[in-house]
Amino acid sequence: MAGSGEGEPILDAVLPAGAGWSHVCRRGSALTLIDPQGGASVAALLYRAGEPLERYCMPDTLKAQHVSRLTAGVALYSDMGRVLASIVSDTCGWHDTITGHLTTPLLEARWGAVSYQEARNEWRCSARELLLVELAKHGLDQRDLVANINFFSKVAVGEDGELSFVVDHSPPGSSVKIRFELDSLVVLASAPHPLDPAAQFAPRPVRLLLEAVPAAGERDPVRTACPENERGFAESEAALC
Amino acid sequence: MLTAARSERDAAEALRVEDVPAGDGWTGVIETGEILRIVDLVGNQAVDTLLFDAADYGNRYSAPDTLREQASCYLGPGSRLVALDGAPLMTIVADTCGRHDTLGGACSQESNVVRYGEHTRHMHACRNTFLRQALGWGRGLSKRDLSANINFFMNVPLTPDGGLEFADGISAAGRHVELRADRDTLVLISNCPQLNNPCNGFDPTPIRLMVWPSG
Repeated sequence: MAGSGEGEPILDAVLPAGAGWSHVCRRGSALTLIDPQGGASVAALLYRAGEPLERYCMPDTLKAQHVSRLTAGVALYSDMGRVLASIVSDTCGWHDTITGHLTTPLLEARWGAVSYQEARNEWRCSARELLLVELAKHGLDQRDLVANINFFSKVAVGEDGELSFVVDHSPPGSSVKIRFELDSLVVLASAPHPLDPAAQFAPRPVRLLLEAVPAAGERDPVRTACPENERGFAESEAALC
Repeated sequence: MLTAARSERDAAEALRVEDVPAGDGWTGVIETGEILRIVDLVGNQAVDTLLFDAADYGNRYSAPDTLREQASCYLGPGSRLVALDGAPLMTIVADTCGRHDTLGGACSQESNVVRYGEHTRHMHACRNTFLRQALGWGRGLSKRDLSANINFFMNVPLTPDGGLEFADGISAAGRHVELRADRDTLVLISNCPQLNNPCNGFDPTPIRLMVWPSG
C-alpha cells in the first residue's frame, strides 16, 4: 500500500484500459474513479470483506431508494440490508446498474478476437473474464457474479421501458467518489460497456485514487437522503460492534 | 408494450397441475421443450422466480443480460430469459398479463427492515422461502445462488429521469404466463408473502402451476 503521511492518498494508480483490479477498501476510505480520456466504462462489484456471501445487491439498492440509476447521494446496499458504500460525489449524474457487462461472446461478435501473439498486451479481454479472474483470486467464482455497476455509463429508459445506450456520456475528467461504510472487496474491470456502439474496440484507462475520509456523520447527505438510508446506515454501524 | 398473447393449451393434456398456497414455495425441473404455465388465480400476486441451467447451477438466470439483450427493462411476451452464458433458459411464449418485473428483486427480512422498519424484521419473506426451497432441493444449492429474480405479475415502472416505484399490479384473477424451457431448467418459486406493499395487493393468494409436455 502506497502513502502513509497525512493527506497523502492510500493509493493513486492508473488501471489501464481493458484490465481488472481487486482491492479491499476499508471503512474510513473513499475511492475516486477518474475518467481522464472520457468514454470510460468500469464494471464494478462489491463484496463485504471477509464475508463475500454478502454482496452488492442491485435490486435492494434500487428499491430502497426508488431509483433506477446511481449518482451522488445514492447508497450501495448489500443483500443483507447494510450499506456497503455511498456515492458521495459524481460529475456524471448517471451510472448504469441494470444492463450487465461485456462478455467474451459479445466482444468477439462485435469487435472480433485478436491473438495474443499479434496484440501482445493489447489483447482483448471481456469484463466477464476480467471480473472472474479477479474473483478467483479471492476464492470466488461465477456463483458470486451478480448484477454489477457500470461507472461512467448511462443506459436511458424510455417511456415504455426501452433501453438505449447514451454515447459520450462521460466527458474527459469525469469522476465519481465512493465512500466505504464497511470494509469491502472491490472488483473492477475497465472494459467497454456491452451496448457501446463504437466501431473500434477502445477500452479506456481509469485513474484510481483511494484516500482516507471521515465516516458518515449524523447529517451526512447520503444517510439522510431517505428514511430507508437512515436504517441502512444504522444496520451497517450495528455490524461494527 | 408488447401485446399480450393468450394460450389455448388444453388443461386435460397437462402432465402436472399443482397449486402453491399463499406464501409457500416450489422447486422443480422443467425439461427441454416443456411448457410451464403460472396462473395468478386470484389476481395481483407476485411470483418470485429463479431459474438455473439444470446441468450447471452456476449458469443461472441473469436479469441484466436478459434486459440488455431485449433492450427493454420489462419482461413480456417473447422475452428470452437469458442465463449467464448468454443463451436462453426459458422463453415467455404466452402471457395474458403483458408485463413482469426483474429489477425489484425478492423481499427479505433485511430489505424489509430497510424499507419498512424494525417491526418488519420477522415477517415472512421471499428470500427465506428461496433458502428453504434450496435447502430442500439440496445438491449444493445455497444463498450464493440467489441473485436478481423475476417477479411475474409484478409492476415496477421505471421513469426516464431514473426513478423506480412499486406500483399497483396490472394482473388480475386468472391471468397467466407460459414459459417454454429452452434447456432443462431448475425453477425455484416463492409465492410472495409480502404484506407491506402493493405487489400482492396486501393480500397474498395461491397460484397454480401447470406443465405440458414438449411438442
